[in-house]
Amino acid sequence: MKKAFIKSVPVMAGYVVLGIGFGILLRNAGYGLPYALAMAALIYAGSMQYVGVGLITGGASVLTALLTTVMVNARHLFYSISMIDRYKDAGKYKPYMIFALTDETYSLLCDGETPAGENPHRYRFFVSLFNQCYWVAGCVLGSLLGAVLPFSAAGIEFSMTALFIASFTEQWLRTRDRLPALTGLLGTLLCLLLFGPERFLIPAMLLITGVLTIFRGREAEKQ
Amino acid sequence: MNAAVLIGVMALATALLRFLPFLVFKKQTPPYIAYLGRVLPSATIGMLVIYCLKDVNVLSASHGLPELIAGGCVVGLQAWKRNSLLSILAGTAIYMLLIQAVFSL
Repeated sequence: MKKAFIKSVPVMAGYVVLGIGFGILLRNAGYGLPYALAMAALIYAGSMQYVGVGLITGGASVLTALLTTVMVNARHLFYSISMIDRYKDAGKYKPYMIFALTDETYSLLCDGETPAGENPHRYRFFVSLFNQCYWVAGCVLGSLLGAVLPFSAAGIEFSMTALFIASFTEQWLRTRDRLPALTGLLGTLLCLLLFGPERFLIPAMLLITGVLTIFRGREAEKQ
Repeated sequence: MNAAVLIGVMALATALLRFLPFLVFKKQTPPYIAYLGRVLPSATIGMLVIYCLKDVNVLSASHGLPELIAGGCVVGLQAWKRNSLLSILAGTAIYMLLIQAVFSL
């Protein structure tokens, strides 16, 4: 458990800070502590919670919320796929470990290494649990801070934009295949211009999936 | 739609995505799914950047300049320091400063 804690420390700062940003944002949108706590405990997906604030305040339909969640969180399918073998024999720890498999937890556990002499499943369970504790603490703190902030929080919503721009830039610099990133950016921009800010998201998801499916054929032809 | 219902939908959909592979792909992942797994994450980030900027109006008020300046700072800082937390904090602070003190005049 001590080793799991040490492993999880790098995630602590990020989760607490991003959680605070989320809590303040949600409070400013008119939803207080119970909502912040419920979202941090039950959804537990950073970027989705930020997007969720927009869905809630915008009065989105159940279908839009569902499709947006599927699109924003589709990557979790692939985190899970790559953990199927590793989590196979985790027994009682398994359900929670699957529930709590966020980007950050995945990034800590994807190398597959666990300290010698520790039960690997117990170790991974505690890494997952500590991470969620930081996230919940951050969200709760942000929600409380948002009510008593000594300066205007106008513009705090840009933390979500900044989060995605930073991830986009990081991926852009790290990978050579930039077609998916460009498809996502330009396809969505096109749909925004065509359909307007209220209903562009679903067409954009269809367009992106369609374009990338077509390019998959080309990739196969080349080989 | 009611906030509690939407939170429930988001929570269930997120959990479903995380659990589904463990229930379905016990042996092998179909190549098409594996392909989507490689390309969709970065495409989605691109989509979310646009989603965040959807209400920026370049024709009125500040012409989207605060978003452009702060967004540019995030890109520049990320390329320079490769520290996401730093880029996010600095970009947000710059944006708050811009809309509260510069473009509000």
